[in-house]
Amino acid sequence: MPTLKQLAKREEHFVSGHRLCGGCGAGLVARMVMLAIEKPVIVGNATGCLEVASTIFPYSAWNVPWIHSAFENVAATVSGIEAAYRSLKRQGKIDKDIVFVALGGDGGTYDIGLQSLSGAAERGHKILYVCYNNEAYMNTGIQRSSATPRAAHTTTSPLGKVIPGKVQFPKDLPSIMVAHNIPYVATSIPGRWNDLVNKVEKAVTFDGFTFIDVLTPCRLGWPHEPELTMEISRLAVETCIWPLYEVVEGKYRLTYRPKEKKPVVEWFKPQRRFAHLFKPENQQLLEDIQKEIDKRWESLLKKCEG
Amino acid sequence: MKEKKAGWKELPEGDVLEGASSLKFRTGNWRNRRPVHISERCINCFICWVSCPDGAVKVDSETGKFGHFDYDFCKGCGICAYECPKKAIEMVDDEG
Repeated sequence: MPTLKQLAKREEHFVSGHRLCGGCGAGLVARMVMLAIEKPVIVGNATGCLEVASTIFPYSAWNVPWIHSAFENVAATVSGIEAAYRSLKRQGKIDKDIVFVALGGDGGTYDIGLQSLSGAAERGHKILYVCYNNEAYMNTGIQRSSATPRAAHTTTSPLGKVIPGKVQFPKDLPSIMVAHNIPYVATSIPGRWNDLVNKVEKAVTFDGFTFIDVLTPCRLGWPHEPELTMEISRLAVETCIWPLYEVVEGKYRLTYRPKEKKPVVEWFKPQRRFAHLFKPENQQLLEDIQKEIDKRWESLLKKCEG
Repeated sequence: MKEKKAGWKELPEGDVLEGASSLKFRTGNWRNRRPVHISERCINCFICWVSCPDGAVKVDSETGKFGHFDYDFCKGCGICAYECPKKAIEMVDDEG
């Protein structure tokens, strides 16, 4: 595990001049993931904020081979590159050790790209898939996804007389990935750089498909003050809404346990998409959410003990 | 006679962008406040460096210490000032 001083000596593979919002969590995730990998790396990027904002023609913020693919198929695209690489290696035409990374938002991962993700995991390509999960389709103007939390206001789960924001709880994608029996699945946040760097470093050592789900605050869609990006991601961990854990060869391990479990409202407070939850008529909803989060946390703890 | 279709090797390349060319696109003019470094308080922990989504905190490669803020790219989000454990970064209004 490198120190910050050691990391700072590495070459940046995701450079300045991209057009993500000031304070964007995805920019932090991309930078940290790239800093964590020392070997030559090839990156595939599904359509989404990160892809759009980092490669506005004729500029690119990537100084590694990088390919844009459609919303639904980044895992398939990178699978193809990885398979070609293995073939070339077998033929003795290439001898470098290359790391393959696929990046997608929650739209391109939880929803639209789920089939190609599942296929690549099942075939066992040696790819690290990182989902920067900002919990909605932020690039197209904040539409709900299957990663959007319950009660969040989005333009397609709008707060009004009929519903108080999104009706459903988010999909548990890490569990779906664990069910593929891949060697490594983890959750992370940009607010704990060492957690993210450590997990990326570890993931790329496995001979198979690996997956990291990174909760990535979005100042535009959640919306929050831009300086709070890292803090809000840590609050999600402290409230046990987004526990930090890893699953190595099917074995769960909590990588960080909050000293004191904070109530979920602490995470809701700085985000305006949840402002309505503090009205008296939504008291019951707030309690229901706390109950569900408690249930998911307890179930995770059991998995980690077992 | 049927025309032979182009194989994958003959297909035209898509848009190919030059690596790291975004460095030619300065995002510093988005900013309405800027970080100011207070060197007496700085302990060179590099938390600001890792916390910048824009890679705009520069380390001095000779001294291995905090170097400067790259105002050509800093968008003024203020994460560095918020995360600094020693309050060694202050955000001030940017007059352009």
